[in-house]
Amino acid sequence: MDLGQLFAIIVGAIFVSNFVLARFLGLCPFVGVSKDSDSALGMGMAVIFVMTMASIVTWFIYMYVLIPLDIVYLRTIAFILVIATLVQFVEMVIEKTSPTLHKSLGIYLPLITTNCAVLGVAVVNVNEFMVTDLPVAASFINTVVHGLSAGLGFTLALVLMAAIRERLELVDIPESMRGIPITFIVAGLMAMAFLGFSGLKVG
Amino acid sequence: MESVVLKSMIALTAMAALFGAVLAIASRIFAVYRDPRVGQILECLPNANCGGCGYPGCQAYAEAAVAAGEAPAACPPGGAEVARKVAEILGASAGEHVPKVAVVHCKGGRSTAVQRLDYEGIHDCRAAILVGGHPKACVFGCLGLGTCKAVCPFGAVELDDEGVVHIDSGKCTGCGKCVEACPVNIIELAPVDMKVHVRCSSHDKGKKAKSVCDVACIGCQMCVKKCPSEAIRMEEDLAVIDYAKCTNCGICAAVCPTNAIIDDVEKRPVALIGSKCEGVGECAKVCPVKAISGEEGERHEVDRKKCIGCGLCLDACPTRAITMVGALGLQKERG
Repeated sequence: MDLGQLFAIIVGAIFVSNFVLARFLGLCPFVGVSKDSDSALGMGMAVIFVMTMASIVTWFIYMYVLIPLDIVYLRTIAFILVIATLVQFVEMVIEKTSPTLHKSLGIYLPLITTNCAVLGVAVVNVNEFMVTDLPVAASFINTVVHGLSAGLGFTLALVLMAAIRERLELVDIPESMRGIPITFIVAGLMAMAFLGFSGLKVG
Repeated sequence: MESVVLKSMIALTAMAALFGAVLAIASRIFAVYRDPRVGQILECLPNANCGGCGYPGCQAYAEAAVAAGEAPAACPPGGAEVARKVAEILGASAGEHVPKVAVVHCKGGRSTAVQRLDYEGIHDCRAAILVGGHPKACVFGCLGLGTCKAVCPFGAVELDDEGVVHIDSGKCTGCGKCVEACPVNIIELAPVDMKVHVRCSSHDKGKKAKSVCDVACIGCQMCVKKCPSEAIRMEEDLAVIDYAKCTNCGICAAVCPTNAIIDDVEKRPVALIGSKCEGVGECAKVCPVKAISGEEGERHEVDRKKCIGCGLCLDACPTRAITMVGALGLQKERG
């Protein structure tokens, strides 16, 4: 196993090609659930969980259903199907087994059923790690690690945004800029700042 | 070509059917019993999640209501109708529900109340009071920075140019967010049908209160003496209306020398003395605003400009010569 490569994947997914600030995926929850850091953290946890699970399941679907049947061009619709089912299923299981976890994650889970960031992580996995020269085991591990770190990157961006917006509440902002407009500007500035990570050479 | 289409269709249909079956089975295995009444109650709630009931949202309220077997606290925005529906679902009695609206017990504006300092920081009452104490010389009063307006989910709070807070009782649902947010605790929830309020919170002695605000309660007790239903009491040099006893007669507002008591009744009737009057003079004695005059033995007259329509003379007249006529909007004329 190549630890250096895994490290590169982790840093890459969290900073260099952050799902929100570099790939511009999942902007809807990024703006919608970043009003206070508590709910941002809850949403982030739910996204980490779902992204990791989705990475694992879509890997199996792709490897053992789509490739043998030679229908990889249907991956987008197949992944949507899988992810939606998975989220519903996981919500049911959590509600039954752990009401406490359901209370803290529950309201955010349905929100990410068809989130583009979750679909995005599955598609990126396929494009990056399902290449012929990579052994099957390595491809699986890379996929899981990438799913997890993509979730972490999303959470990082969300929590940072929530922290900034909490401070913005107390700042004297011109009336026409209050609320969503200033949020968009902040998001743009954050994306520019994250652009700085693209100079990182890892691995 | 055909085989490709067929293959894709079959594969996707099979996947979808499989996932559907998994979910269907899972919903049976992992089914959590939910009281159907929770959903029913949730349906008739306003679903604004305002938190006015004290629960973190309508769902939590519905769950608590079902768990308790009765509505734990009324839903303020929903009012009597929702309370009745909830009670119907739970099979309990609703109890009487009088909607409440917020009342701000201060009307000191920039020109009437003395400003102790010029505050130029964060536009929030809670922040302002932390910095240099109260910006007004009256430490009990409204800061006028509109934190109540900012937290009101229904847009019922307005600030005028003077910085005095006005509540639109038509929009206010009595959720109590402003009551919680106000750092000087001068907002109270009062029954919506109460129209006469003491709009001052100053516990200062008369001289001090008057020196810092033109519209302060100076503790003169005129209102206490004149109130026909003994609804006003003094609490540390501040007149307080007991809404359980108040009849909205407006006498206190009329006699208050500093206009600290306001009368929001839009139109009041006036007394009219008919020809049956024998000039006993009982009416003139009870009139709190001295609007009735006349010689003994002769028909008395009501000064329509002064009359506040309280109706005290009506009961005092031994010959039943007095009637209350019209709601002529005299309140506005009197100013």
